[in-house]
Amino acid sequence: MASTVTDRVLAQDPRAQRSFLDVPIVLALIGLGVFFGLWALAGPIHLAPPRFLPSPAAVATEIVVLTHEPYAGSLLQGHIAASLAKFGASYALAVAIGVPLGLFLGQSRFADRIISPLFDAVRFIPPIAWVPFSILWFGTGPLAPTLVVFAGAFSPCVVNAYRGARFVDRTMLEAAQTLGASRYRILREIIVPAALPSIVAGMRISAGIGWQSLIGAELIVGSTGLGFMIVSGEGNLTTSVVMAGMATIGIIGVFIDLVLRTLENRITRNWNPS
Amino acid sequence: MIARVRSFDIRSVLMGSIGFVVLFVCWYLLTTVSQVISPIRFPAPSNVYQSFAQLMSTGYADATLGTHIAYSLRIVVLGYVASVLTGIPLGIVMGLSRRAEGIINPVFQLLRPIPPLAWIPLSILWFGLGPTSEVFVIWLAAFAPLVINTYAGVRLVDPTLIAAARVHGAKTTRLIADVIVPGALPMIFTGLRLSVQVCWMALVAAELVGSTAGLGHIMIYAERDLNSGMIAAGMISVTVLGVMLTFGVSMLEKAMMPWRRP
Repeated sequence: MASTVTDRVLAQDPRAQRSFLDVPIVLALIGLGVFFGLWALAGPIHLAPPRFLPSPAAVATEIVVLTHEPYAGSLLQGHIAASLAKFGASYALAVAIGVPLGLFLGQSRFADRIISPLFDAVRFIPPIAWVPFSILWFGTGPLAPTLVVFAGAFSPCVVNAYRGARFVDRTMLEAAQTLGASRYRILREIIVPAALPSIVAGMRISAGIGWQSLIGAELIVGSTGLGFMIVSGEGNLTTSVVMAGMATIGIIGVFIDLVLRTLENRITRNWNPS
Repeated sequence: MIARVRSFDIRSVLMGSIGFVVLFVCWYLLTTVSQVISPIRFPAPSNVYQSFAQLMSTGYADATLGTHIAYSLRIVVLGYVASVLTGIPLGIVMGLSRRAEGIINPVFQLLRPIPPLAWIPLSILWFGLGPTSEVFVIWLAAFAPLVINTYAGVRLVDPTLIAAARVHGAKTTRLIADVIVPGALPMIFTGLRLSVQVCWMALVAAELVGSTAGLGHIMIYAERDLNSGMIAAGMISVTVLGVMLTFGVSMLEKAMMPWRRP
């Protein structure tokens, strides 16, 4: 982590002393302590009634309770599984269509000129705005968020695959063409490997937007999943369920990002052997 | 982003419009001429036109298009301005002081994985259905991109400039106003541009979940009526306004940073 500007200036000042207040872990503990302290004390000191702001302990207890007492139709694990299944299916579809489309647009100038402006126009529609059409086409069942997650995850996949394919080293392409490589071999042995780091970066962005879009869609339609769980909690005025669900959504989001980041690191490491 | 790579000459504009024309013709053929797609699933061009006409004249979902747009814009502007007034100062403080950064950043990192849209139910519990809860969600949505970019921007200010200002006796307020903020401005504007898009998405989501007016309200109302033409009209309005807001921030960026103009 780079030091702050003032630190760099102060570093030249012999009077600047280091105290225990400059140790990152101490500062982090102070910050988190104040945050959780205020949150825990808000009830007892009548800042906010526990009905609206349950204490951290109450939220943690609620998470444990939700794992063995069904809420809104199923256990917490069931809601997680339902959300992940909906997310996984639409996300896989977005990657499977988006990445090849991006690669295609990136290496064919003709297709790029005709399709890209159209794609740019559709890209500006906020993914969540697809909810009403998604309901009309897929009903209110588990398939309802399909279109929304797809719309959110699709464009970063296309854009990054496009950029990766577009900025392949021309010398390599021309060398391969001169040596008589077929279009398919050029694609498989030059364009895809060169674009891979960019593609994986796009997949990571896609996953983040897709997950957020899924939760948004579940708030509006459907009868399973974490988004449905928190919106049911809101309907029953049980704030602890809402907050427990929000924490779970955050944790699953971090987990999805971690998986893709591991993939990204592995690929980038293999690609730059230095 | 793709557009940035391409140059805009007449030929690419013409070729670009081919895609739109082909799509429109297919749309017309599938919905109006052959009626393969029923108007319940997807509207014909004439349905969309009629929906817009109705929105302009008699109105839909209790108000005309202008009223819905005014309602949505007012909420977005309130939430966005609140976020600018809180997020940018926080970002500056975090960029300037390592201690402030060390204390605030862990809390920030703890809350950041929760998507803004997941705050909607809690916001409704806290503030009730209506404009207040929507403004809160929009404030939250814009906050993270603003803080992160401001603080990264402050970090990128040339330390020599800060040292020079200090040597010449600049007080902290002048240092911030004359050195830090102008130096961090490009990154601050990146944050402003990102957050305007996130805000707009959060607004649409909040209005779809529950609202009494606004563009999202038109769309969810139309979905219950199975009025696909009106859904499309709502989507088009949302998209056009979203593009206009983003464009507005870019214009402001150019006006405020004349030294960066090419």
